Amino acid sequence: MADVTAGDAFADKIPKRTNPIVKFIVAQPLGFVGFLIVLLYFVLAVGAQWIAPYHPEEVDFGAMLTGPSPEHLFGTDQYGRDVFSRLVYGARTALAVGMLSAIVGCTLGAILGATSGYFGGIIDNVIQRLVDIMLSFPIIVLAMVVVAVLGRNMIAGIDANLIVAIALPMVPKMARIARSSTLSIAQMPFIDAARAAGYSHARIVLRHILPNIVAPYLIMLTAFIAQAILLEASLSFLGLGVTEPTAAWGLMLSGSSADFYQAAPWMILFPGLAITLAVFAFNLLGDSLRDWLDPKMKV
Amino acid sequence: MKKLTLLSATALVALGGGLAEAQTPKKGGTLNFAVVAEPPTIDCHAVTTFAFAHPGLPHYSKLLKWKGDYKNLKIVPDAAESFEQAPDGMTYTFKLRQNVKFHDGAPMTSEDVKASYDRIINPPEGVVSARRSLYADIKSVETPDAHTVVFRMKQPNASMLTHFASPWNCIYRAAKLKEDPQFPAKTILGTGAYEFVEYVKGSHWTAKRFDGYFLPDRPYLDGYKAFFVKSNAVVTGMIGGQFDGEFRGRTPTERDQLVAGMKENATVVDGPWVTNLMFTFNTQKKPFDDVRVRQALTLAIDRWGGAPALSKISMLRDVSGLLRPGYEYALAGAELEALPGFSKDIAKSRERAKQLLKEAGVPNLKVKLVNRNVAEPYTPGGIFLIDQWRRIGVEVEHTQLETKLFFDAMKEGNFDVLVEFISDFADDPSAQFDKFLTKEKSSQAASGHNDKKLDELFDKQAREIDPVKRKALVNEFERHALTQVYSAPLLWWQRIIVHHKKIKGWEHQANHFTATDLVDVWLDQ
Repeated sequence: MADVTAGDAFADKIPKRTNPIVKFIVAQPLGFVGFLIVLLYFVLAVGAQWIAPYHPEEVDFGAMLTGPSPEHLFGTDQYGRDVFSRLVYGARTALAVGMLSAIVGCTLGAILGATSGYFGGIIDNVIQRLVDIMLSFPIIVLAMVVVAVLGRNMIAGIDANLIVAIALPMVPKMARIARSSTLSIAQMPFIDAARAAGYSHARIVLRHILPNIVAPYLIMLTAFIAQAILLEASLSFLGLGVTEPTAAWGLMLSGSSADFYQAAPWMILFPGLAITLAVFAFNLLGDSLRDWLDPKMKV
Repeated sequence: MKKLTLLSATALVALGGGLAEAQTPKKGGTLNFAVVAEPPTIDCHAVTTFAFAHPGLPHYSKLLKWKGDYKNLKIVPDAAESFEQAPDGMTYTFKLRQNVKFHDGAPMTSEDVKASYDRIINPPEGVVSARRSLYADIKSVETPDAHTVVFRMKQPNASMLTHFASPWNCIYRAAKLKEDPQFPAKTILGTGAYEFVEYVKGSHWTAKRFDGYFLPDRPYLDGYKAFFVKSNAVVTGMIGGQFDGEFRGRTPTERDQLVAGMKENATVVDGPWVTNLMFTFNTQKKPFDDVRVRQALTLAIDRWGGAPALSKISMLRDVSGLLRPGYEYALAGAELEALPGFSKDIAKSRERAKQLLKEAGVPNLKVKLVNRNVAEPYTPGGIFLIDQWRRIGVEVEHTQLETKLFFDAMKEGNFDVLVEFISDFADDPSAQFDKFLTKEKSSQAASGHNDKKLDELFDKQAREIDPVKRKALVNEFERHALTQVYSAPLLWWQRIIVHHKKIKGWEHQANHFTATDLVDVWLDQ
């Protein structure tokens, strides 16, 4: 009993662990705001069929170019389609394309970068020169070339080639970051130990190096989702992304919207705001995650 | 909408002002105009799109051509000096002009006309003749002398003069065709008013006046430059002064923007269009081989409800069957409304459509709809179709392709349903029915059906000289085609042209293929 009492007394002196989510909110309030906005978009995307008052493709010629009203919160477009419903469903397109392409781009980049940094020598040289070539293309140009060359390839309602087109420009950037992280991790004693234990290169890269670059991976992922959403909107605006009548923010800004924006400014105002807010939120979250996960920032 | 009405009124004022003027043509200047699609080929005999007609046809002459605006249209000689039709309709004799030269200096003779028409009627292997079926009644092309061509018929053809005035029947040089039947797909060499200068894909097409043109005082222009641009760049390009016109057609909204932007410099001409938007089923694929499925998909469309609204935001305007509304041979009124998809009771039609899909075993049908990525009116047409089909539970995957890729998909049958068009240079049952025939009979048919009844009716109406009997056959063809629904019209177009007021001599015809030779066009500057 005496031991227990002594233990309890000792336990009282140990500082209580604060919930990491609470710590994040306190340390990164702007990041939390970004997180809430992102969460809102996720809710809209997942619950679109319950949240949207109309089907996003429903044409209503009786309500063409109607301004915001209780029936149509954000007004209607030239076909009488409800802008709010199209925005809600547009979140689904933006997040699906944005997340999938960011995950594909970041993962490929991380594998390439880790391989490059781990092996060094000629492999490093070849990969890095390829990365240099890819980095020399402006992002939008590279994506446009890929879309134009590959055409469309619809899988489960999503254009797989559009995802490839958006993911590709992200690969070299992630590869650079993963390589620099790998170079420092590869000098660590536990990597030497793994080598001494006779582990294969694949096992060392996949089991020991990649898990240690998760922090930069997550940071880049959030930043790339924002970039991917913007790129998808840009490609759709240019007529290379999503096709009508799919609800997509970029598409809502493009095409004949330009013919009607003076008579019906809500047709471009709300999609523009949705894109801006999404990019802003993901960037806030990404920046806060970077600060939160970087040990140097905690000193 | 009040604003639209006001601007439309302004446009009409501009139109009135334009037509009232009658001035002496001036020589010189370059006409700059926009073309909103890229030509898939530069061979007149193979091509079917305005994307070539506007930049390419001014290089060529034909035997006959159409003259006048849509209210006063007539067939006149072009490279021919005169023509004569035998009373029994079995012979057509053309006397050619003596002074027609190709752009390389070689004189045009009857041999060139014969070689060109032989290529259209019996294309050599590898050559595409898009309108071959229209010329199937020609038995032979004879050349009694260097400036006379005689067409002998297998049987009378009520549309033959119309076909001889086709803007697509470019006259090519016989010697070049002999060397290489594909020559016209690679090189521009005609006898038209303008010589070819250059074609930069995706950018522009330029031409200069042909000094050896057979009309000594023509053309008036020094040349022209066609800019290949996206449709949505036309309005800003015209207001900014990059182009003087676009001759396919603009939407009502764009017309109003142009009038507002160009102010007193805008001339607007609004009229009918021998063009519709239609959809074609790939009958080689299940379940579109089942007439119940095809009928269900046309029954679902509220054409009468959609047309007035779409006419305010797009080029689509009129409801009709296979022929232009108002054309004397077209089915109309109760006769049309009795056919699937044309009833005004849309609720009843959609109930029937759902029932038919259920009977066909596809209550949750999924459709791959292939469309062109030309915004107007393909995108609004596609959006309308998809919405109408969704109302009977049909899910649609919509793909919009560049012009060449679209025609490739059409040729290869890589679609469930294809958004296409009837578009011709004149009201003519033979021309407008061509796409509804079997593939064996027509190179333009995309549906892949094997309904010989349509081929037979087509032949009968084509050779019936008596207008009353011909109308009965035409109506029977239309009824059968609209009941079997291998293809079905969605809506017919309105043609609105806006150009700079300095353009004179340009004729508004009810199509965007004729009146493209620019021979009489001049710039008042």
